[in-house]
Formats: sequence, C-alpha cells, structure tokens
Amino acid sequence: MDSDLIIQILFAAIKTGTPLLFIALGEVICEKSGVLNLGQEGMMLMGAVVGFLAAYTTGNAGLGVIAAMLMGSIMSLIFAFLVLHLGANQVATGLALTIFGTGLSAFIGSGVVGQTLQGFQPIAIPLLSDIPYLGRILFQHDILVYTSFVMTFVLMFVVNKTRIGLTLKAVGENPHAANAIGIKVLRVRYLAVMFGGVMAGISGAYMSLVYTPMWVENMTAGRGWIALALVVFASWRVGRIMLGAYLFGLASIMHLVLQGLGWSISPNLLAMLPYVATVVVMVIISADKFKEKLLSPRSLGKPFDPRQMA
Amino acid sequence: MKKQHLVSRLELVKLTKQYPGCLANDNISITLMPGEIHALLGENGAGKSTLVKSIYGVVSPDAGAIIWDGKEVDIKSPSIARDLGIGMVFQHFSLFETLTISENIELCLSKTQLHQIGDLATRITELSEEYGLNVNPTRYVHSLSIGERQRVEIMRCLVQSVKLLILDEPTSVLTPQEVAGLFEVLRTLSEEGCSILFISHKLHEVTEICHKATILRGGKVVDTCVPNEETPASIAKMMVGDLAEQDAGYVKREGQERIFEVDNLSLPSKQPFGTALKNIQFDLKAGEILGIAGVAGNGQDELMAVISGEDERNVKNQLSLNGAPIGHLHAGERRKRGMAYVPEERLGRGAVPDMSLSENTLLTHSDGFIKKGLVDWQSIKDYTASIIKKYKIKCHGEFSEAKSLSGGNLQKFIMGREIGQNPSVLICAHPTWGVDVGAALAIHQALLELRDQGAAILLISEDIDELFLLADRMAAVCDGYLSPVVKTDSTNIDQIGQWMAGTFIDTINQSTQGAGA
Repeated sequence: MDSDLIIQILFAAIKTGTPLLFIALGEVICEKSGVLNLGQEGMMLMGAVVGFLAAYTTGNAGLGVIAAMLMGSIMSLIFAFLVLHLGANQVATGLALTIFGTGLSAFIGSGVVGQTLQGFQPIAIPLLSDIPYLGRILFQHDILVYTSFVMTFVLMFVVNKTRIGLTLKAVGENPHAANAIGIKVLRVRYLAVMFGGVMAGISGAYMSLVYTPMWVENMTAGRGWIALALVVFASWRVGRIMLGAYLFGLASIMHLVLQGLGWSISPNLLAMLPYVATVVVMVIISADKFKEKLLSPRSLGKPFDPRQMA
Repeated sequence: MKKQHLVSRLELVKLTKQYPGCLANDNISITLMPGEIHALLGENGAGKSTLVKSIYGVVSPDAGAIIWDGKEVDIKSPSIARDLGIGMVFQHFSLFETLTISENIELCLSKTQLHQIGDLATRITELSEEYGLNVNPTRYVHSLSIGERQRVEIMRCLVQSVKLLILDEPTSVLTPQEVAGLFEVLRTLSEEGCSILFISHKLHEVTEICHKATILRGGKVVDTCVPNEETPASIAKMMVGDLAEQDAGYVKREGQERIFEVDNLSLPSKQPFGTALKNIQFDLKAGEILGIAGVAGNGQDELMAVISGEDERNVKNQLSLNGAPIGHLHAGERRKRGMAYVPEERLGRGAVPDMSLSENTLLTHSDGFIKKGLVDWQSIKDYTASIIKKYKIKCHGEFSEAKSLSGGNLQKFIMGREIGQNPSVLICAHPTWGVDVGAALAIHQALLELRDQGAAILLISEDIDELFLLADRMAAVCDGYLSPVVKTDSTNIDQIGQWMAGTFIDTINQSTQGAGA
C-alpha cells in the first residue's frame, strides 16, 4: 500500500467521521446532564432536510447550516418539554422523536429528492496544509470539518476546566443534591438537550450539504444510532469521542478500501465493526464496576421533578 | 461587640407552611443569638425538616417572616441563603461522588466568593488545619467514609464563612469518637460567634452541647427549654407529649440452646466500595437478642446479604441452622426453615414499592395462602388487615401501595409481617432508623415479645442506645471484622465505641498470625 492511498483513506475517514463527531458531541453533553435522547436520528434527518431546502432555495450553504441548527434545536425543545417539563419517559419519547423526524423529513423533502446543489468547497489552510502527510489528511477539508475540530477542543476545555462543566457533571450525577445547593437543574438540562439538538442539526446539514450534497429519504442511514454507541464507546469523554468518531468513520469505509485491495469480505460484515467495538467496550467498562460508577452519568435517564423535593 | 450581641442572628416570626393535607409548620417563632447552639427537637413529621428548609430557601413558607441580623429577608433560594451566611449540612449528604472535594466545594461558591478566597485548595487546607477536619482537597468524594463526607459538608459551609450552620441529624452516622470530634468543631465555631441550629433525635447529645432547645410537635412549638437544666427523659416527654409510654429498661435474658451459627466466614465484597467479610464467627441462641453495632459500611450489608441468601455464593458449611448447613440454600429455602429478615432498605428490599400491602405480605408468606396453585386473596387481605390493626399502622388499608406509607409505618408493617411467620431466627437491620419515638417503642416491644417466645434475634443497628436497650449480648463490626461477643451487662458504651473504631482488629490479627506460626 503506498503512502498516497493511506493518506486518502485517512482523509476519507475524517470526512466520514465528522457527522458522527458532531452528533456525538451533542449527545455526550446531553447525557452528561443526565438526559438520554434517543431522538438523535430524527433530529439529524430534520436538520438534513431543512438544511438542504434552505440551501437549495437561497443558494447559500451557510444559510442551510443555520436553518438546520434551528430545526435541530426546535426538535430538541419538543423532546425537552416532554421529558423535563412533563416528566415523560426519556426512552419512549426519544424513540418517538426519531420516528417522527424520519417521517416528517421524508414528507417535507419529497419535492427535492434527487436534486443536487453546490455544497461547501474544501479550503486548504495556508501553511498547515503544506505539512507533509498530516497537511493533506487534516487541513484540506471544508469549513464544517474545521468547525468540528474547534468544537471538540472548546468542549474539552469547557467540560474539564470550567464551572459550566462542573455544573453539568453535578446535575447528571445527583440532580437532587444539585438542586439543594441552588443549581437550576431543569435549566441546565434544557440547555444541554438543546445543545444536543443544535449539534444534531449541524450533523444533518453536513450530510446533505457536504458529504453527499443532495437529499434522499433516510439519508443519515443510522448515524444517529451509531452516535449513541459512540458516546458509550468513548465512555463519556469528549476527547475520546473525536478519536472514536474517526475510528468509526474508518470502519465504515473499510469495505471500499478492502475491495480496492482485492479482498472479498462482505461489506455488511465490515459495517458491523463499530457496533462490535461498542459491545466490547461496554463489556470492558461493566467488568470493572468501579470504573462504571465513575464514568457514566449516574442519573442518566432518570427524570427529576423539583416539585417533589419537599 | 457587646451591642451587636443584642441583635439576634435569626428570628423566625410565625412561619407557616401548608402542604396538601398537612400543616407542616404552624406559626413557628424561634430566636437565635450569635454563637448560640440551638436544638430543634421533635418526632418524625413534627415539621423540623420543613422549617430548616424554609430557612435555607429550599421551601418557601406560606406566611410569616424571617429576620436576619435585624432585617427582614426573603430567602427564595439556597444561593440567597448562602449569600447571607447560612450553611446547611444535610442528613443525606448532597455531595457529588465523581468530583473531588475541591470541586464539590467550588460548586457552592459564587464567583465573587471564589475571587475573595483566591486559591480554594489552599484555603481548604488552612481551614482543615484550623478546625482539625483533616480534609484533603484533591481526593475524590467516592473514596471517603461517611464521617469524612460530613466533614466535607461542614468544610463547604466554613469556606463561605457561615454565620448560621444548620445540621440535620449530624451524628446519626458517626461513631461516638467521631461525634466527640464533631462537637469540638461545633464548640469552636460557636465561640467564634457562629450560630448553630442542631436537629437531633439523640437527647443526651442535645443536653451535652446545646444552649437552648425548641421542641416541635405536629408542626407547632410546644415547648422551649435550656437542655443542661433538663434530663433526656424530661425532654423526651416534651417531644412525645404526656400520653406516650417511654422505653424503659428491659430485662436481659440468657439464651438457651444454640440455633444458628456463622463459622469463620470470609468473603470478598461484590460491590465496588463494599467491605470484605473477614473471619466472622458467632452463634445465636434461642431466646436471646444479639446486637451488632457498627458505623454504616463496615460489612453489615454484606453480612446481612450472606445470611439472608441474597448473596448467592456458596458458603455451605459456614452457616448452619439447628446444626444443619444452610449456606448453599437460596433465600426461599432458608425462609422455609424458619428464618426471617427485616432488611435496612424498606422500599425495594423489605417491600416492593408499587405493590399493595397484601401483595407484599404474599411475597414472604406464600405457603399458607396458596391453595391448589391459586392465591387465596381473601385470607391474605384478612391477615394483612390484622397486621395493620395489631401494630397500629397508619395507612388507608391493606390495598395501600407500600410506597404510600411513611418510613415508620412501613417498618412496622414489615416487622409485623416477618414476626407473623413465627420465625426461629430473625435477622433485623436498623429496625427503628428514621422511625419516631412512638413507633420505635412498638417495634422494640414486638422484638422483645418474639425473643421471649424463644426466637433468636440478630439485631444490626447503628444506634448504640437501642442496642444497649434491647440486646442481651453485643459485638461490633469494623472493616469486615467482628469483635468479641460479650454480655451487654458486662460492657459499656466506651468499649463498644472503641470496637466500632476497630481497636480489636490488631489483637485478632496477632492471634491468627500467632496461630499460623
């Protein structure tokens, strides 16, 4: 295998991993606050279709991304209202959101199926893109990929080094204690869920504006679900999510690579790899009860009702 | 200075809080001077918790005023309370286990407070030395013992330079030695002018440390007193009113033949923060109560799980009932052979929260109520109703869900249900934890009655007073070791307290090493 091919594979892995990175970053923040949102796939599809429609009608891909972010946050607000305000079951509500988003996106996108548009173009970053090997892998992408780099590092800083991160972890671990020391638990959770929605929107926009600049029904092909697995795979750590997203990205293009090399392994088997990896990580984490206790947000999925505090 | 002392630190004027179906606080007025240690006494449900939550801004009162340093204030949230200088240590600690001590404390501070303090870790270390709290800011909370966690909570208040510290049953989780340490800290704080509001069930502690006491009953102030002019008995009378009987001393009995035995039991813990059991050895005789003292988390839960059969690891020959090994049998088999259990956790272990009392009865009494494979609901209902009547359990009826009962009433129900099986061995953990004086008395008498009928009872409790009251023989656990078992009459609180702190472990280790060599 020559170095050119390796560079191309890694470049493609990053590109494929980027939508996963966006949506998983959103989900990890959401889960750290103690809310499990299984509606990722639905929010992502809505982001994809609305982003595409906005970009298609205005001819401006940037507006498309903004529209997708808005759509994602609206979807997440519906979810947040149901589970945080009305105390609905998080799992059932999340699943409903996915089904809802899948159907609605197919409906409103039916007029533009198969249309294409001019999405974001790659921008080679001066100097950095001239670095041998690394430059071609990392710095000849489009603006959204760079955004995802920046987002990852910003989130790593915020989660690990700031008061905001501390508050987030506190709410996810013990909402009652957080409430008792004066943290507004529901507000933190609303914001975290909405952040997840915005990120799912961007992730969807990346699919319909960059990855394959067109709209096809159900085009996210389960990436919302992979993202959920990815969060567990990364054991709720932001830095590992980036690594995991690119590994998952690599795994999902592996069948193309292997075909190119003349190996004949069923692509379905290879597409399974990310999930196998997740199961293995889950087993490793749960084998060590101590770690499990420290890594996962303790009150994940459990509703919190401040009115029951008396 | 003197003039300042004329202004009260905190004055509550006719504070009232109505909950649906219950007037939790009814026109409560209390005054606290700077440096005063003030006890708030009352049975469960007397309104103590609601009152302190109002002061700390967790609950908003319906009527009345709170006057702080001479000015009326409206405490809408805990952060306002903290800004005023009110700190609170909760009964169930409000700490975050996955964060460090320093991070836990930081979460409670406002930006301006953080700025004033400068380097938080340094400040924590300074205060830790000043008050002898021994708190290391970089440690993670999950690695701390209960006593250490409480010190973190107190530290959290000290860092904010509190003027009023509220403690909700602070000593219920501590060894006698740790209690003494806590009281030292409280006295120092009081001398520096910090007021302390102290909620407790333990009357001798109140007479030891508090300057004044307010007694609540049914949401009203029924009395105030100066504790060191009273005796624990006279204060108890004010708490429960004149009608209730008091726990007097009970007759101690000698056990008869040996029924149940634990022989050299050692088992690693299954839980991440659990305690391994180490060479546990004791026996239970018919017609006696064996009390095991110990601070929570020293192996009581693990021991209970092994004896009940909830821990399914095979310890066949380490447990025996009437001379036959039972350590390989599952929980149901052991019950059939005459063992009964009252676990510490009432909801979830002792009873299924969402099931009715009748259904909960059926769970441990399946034999008599199932005829030809069908459940005989009528006799279960009648039987449950008889338990409710006998133990005066406050509930709507045998159809009430277990979770709708208060802690004390549910505990009475579980005790009644277990005793109703006429067990030959009853294993009972923390039977009166969080139960009010009246219900505790009923539970104590039920236990003694069972003992006098010839059952062997193992009583695991954190309440030393209760153990001394009920147990015929006593021991203590520490770090999974069991101390020597002695007659209650031939020991005292000091010795048991030292055993709870583990002073016996060295001797045990030496003797086993000696035997090995």
